[in-house]
Amino acid sequence: MDTSEEVHYNERDLAAKSFKAFLLKSSSKTNLNLYDHLAQLLTKVMDESPEDVVETFEDMSQEVKRAGLQNTQSTLRDTTPISTATVLAEQQRALFSRKAGEDPAHEEYLVKTPLPNVPELAFYLEQAGVGLGEEEMHRVFLALKELVDTQPLQRCRFWGKILGSESNYFVAEGEFQEGGGEEDETAEEEARKSEHRVDDLEAVAEHTVNLLQKSADKSMPVVPMEDKGTGANKYTYFVCREPGMPWVRLPSVTPAQIIAARQICKFFTGRLDAPIASSPPFPGNEANYLRAQIARISASTQVSPLGFYQFAEEEGEEDEETPRYSLEENPDFEGIPVSEMAESLSTWVHHVPHILEQGRCVWVDLAEKPEELVEEEEGDEDREDEPDKPEAEVGPPLLTPVSEDAEINKTPSWTAKMSSTLVSQFAIAVLRSNLWPGAYSFAFKKKFENIYVGWGLKFTGEGYNPPAPPPTQQAYPSGPEITEDLEVGLKEKQGVKSTLEEQREEEESEEAEGEEEEEKEEEGEEEEEEGAGEAEEEEREENEEDED
Amino acid sequence: MDSDSLRYSLDLVSGCGLTLSCEQRAALQTSLLILKRNYKFSRVLFWGKILGLRSDYFIAHGITEDEMRNRKTLYSFNCVDWHLLPPVTEAQLAEVSLLKEHFKGDPSYEYEHTETRGLDEGDEAVVEEITVSVKMTEETRLAATVFNIDREVSVVPRGAFIKTPSGRVQVNRCFEGLSESEARKLSSYLHFSEPQHLKKKTILETADLNPSIDFLDNLSEDTPKGSWSLQFERGSISVLRSLLWLGLTFFHVPMTPQHGYIYMGDGMKNHYLPFML
Repeated sequence: MDTSEEVHYNERDLAAKSFKAFLLKSSSKTNLNLYDHLAQLLTKVMDESPEDVVETFEDMSQEVKRAGLQNTQSTLRDTTPISTATVLAEQQRALFSRKAGEDPAHEEYLVKTPLPNVPELAFYLEQAGVGLGEEEMHRVFLALKELVDTQPLQRCRFWGKILGSESNYFVAEGEFQEGGGEEDETAEEEARKSEHRVDDLEAVAEHTVNLLQKSADKSMPVVPMEDKGTGANKYTYFVCREPGMPWVRLPSVTPAQIIAARQICKFFTGRLDAPIASSPPFPGNEANYLRAQIARISASTQVSPLGFYQFAEEEGEEDEETPRYSLEENPDFEGIPVSEMAESLSTWVHHVPHILEQGRCVWVDLAEKPEELVEEEEGDEDREDEPDKPEAEVGPPLLTPVSEDAEINKTPSWTAKMSSTLVSQFAIAVLRSNLWPGAYSFAFKKKFENIYVGWGLKFTGEGYNPPAPPPTQQAYPSGPEITEDLEVGLKEKQGVKSTLEEQREEEESEEAEGEEEEEKEEEGEEEEEEGAGEAEEEEREENEEDED
Repeated sequence: MDSDSLRYSLDLVSGCGLTLSCEQRAALQTSLLILKRNYKFSRVLFWGKILGLRSDYFIAHGITEDEMRNRKTLYSFNCVDWHLLPPVTEAQLAEVSLLKEHFKGDPSYEYEHTETRGLDEGDEAVVEEITVSVKMTEETRLAATVFNIDREVSVVPRGAFIKTPSGRVQVNRCFEGLSESEARKLSSYLHFSEPQHLKKKTILETADLNPSIDFLDNLSEDTPKGSWSLQFERGSISVLRSLLWLGLTFFHVPMTPQHGYIYMGDGMKNHYLPFML
């Protein structure tokens, strides 16, 4: 009995030992064996005791294997790759360092600085549900400070952020001091000169074309760009990719660019030199397109409470028809109660001049019948009639209330509300644009601000339809002197036919007379030719004889 | 995104410009917990915000056992009182793409939209016209829009969810995050909805896939190419933005299991994406 039990025990023992030996057998592919692997795995389960371990058991097993393999690396040490995060961090570190020569106790800080109070802006915007995150806004603040220190700006504002498919743009708006901002003047002068040159070239071309024929298609003369400091170019814009990276100045905008930007709908990529492939073609690259969109957004969505700005009194201004453009802050502004601002749209007014269809804020008479410009899809703020005669284009005057803006699909293009209904004493009024999604404004007592965070695209309602290409130009104007009149043609042909027949009869009679002469002449010529041919043959024969 | 880590997640996603005010966040933290208990959800996610003309809708998802199926959607105006959205039919999903107006902010508003579409039938010169009329309430439109957005552009990183052999989808507790190099590739992100393209793949393509992780469609197979914008904000956070539904933002911090997506926008699909690329 004992022996059988012992034998049984021995058999089991033997089976266990052989199984353990089997477990310890190393795999032929890697140097692992199942015994060690299971031991490591169960140790890991014991250490970590995760929940529902039976579900994730296989994954843990894979991880243990992976971890085991990593230890058998070569003796070469990996250099830690420099990630983009560290590169950016290095750049942003510069934001936090105080420049030499700045004394915190210096009196300069008591003087009004063009730097905007961005943390305050961030606080109010957060109540409105808009924002970029606290730390990000603070970085923007420090980047603006750097901008103000390097450029002679009189006023500076954080305009907003435009999202792109590869990277984004942080946009700052600045107004240069008197006489400042000369760096780009050479570039602008060149642009203007090139425009003049183009004008000259076009004038010459037109003249020649007119000399040749009356062309039905006159090329449009180029609308001149607005001067720096006026109209759509009143402010200069700087962009950067991330706060901490250097600010790049955007070029001034030309009316042609604004007109083209109204017709296309494109995402930004994030590279300023990217070409814009669109139909109709956009004159410029992404930097120009960005600037044009910024100009359009500013003109449509920069609003302020009614009464904050008033028209500046200019001496000698008696003509009431010329639109007034100079604004100044109203020192007597009391502030409108928040509930009123949240309810009625007429308490908000535009304070940036509207851009006309021509692409400028101030209409310029080109002394020629202006061609019909392509209309916009929606009946929005461009409410002027198409000029049939060279009438001045007039847009809504400055400081018109926002309630006068045209509607989209019978809904107002703005939505106003209070930031909080629970605590209305300290709530702020928020205005949101439905036409340019991403444009927000807030007002609280005497403070207000505008910001844009979005893709830089207008709301198109029924949808964006790219304009069809223009019809092919005619090679020549079709007029009565060129077109063939079939009836007249028939008669003429018949008439011509009869005359031709007559002529032919005459000719035949002449020919009959002259044929003999011609035949003689021909024969004479043929003889000459034959003679010449014979002479050539003789020469060839001689040559052949020579060769032979 | 998870209601527990709302503040942190919102901070990472706020590159798109829209966040929640402090009051709304505080209200959400309280009301979502109550919601979880009332409906017996295992997890509650704050889905996002749809802007309307008069008022905005705040949307939340409640998840029971399976992460992907049987999700309940709720909406609220003030982040405190939540209402359940009705389930949608396929017909409604198709109809909702015809509506191109803003959301009004009133759930009982009835949309009536008639569209005449010309049908050319072969060589016939006569063009038959079909009038398609759509009538739906804003509540249905809201439910259909949320469902569409989830189906088309909801994103999760690869490996964050696993499918058990029983077919249940659940959170992978072993997910440690994508590596930096993986997070730069669009193929490391998957759609979190019933896969459309997976069955059409050849065996050669599926050879490298892990069936427990790769049971969803990959983002790199979306058409048109370029409808996703993958950026690294602040250097290290991977942010995906959809150009098809403007307003959907997904974030993931590499080497950590933190990820989430949120939709803050006007609830309208960008049909004209090919023109804009």
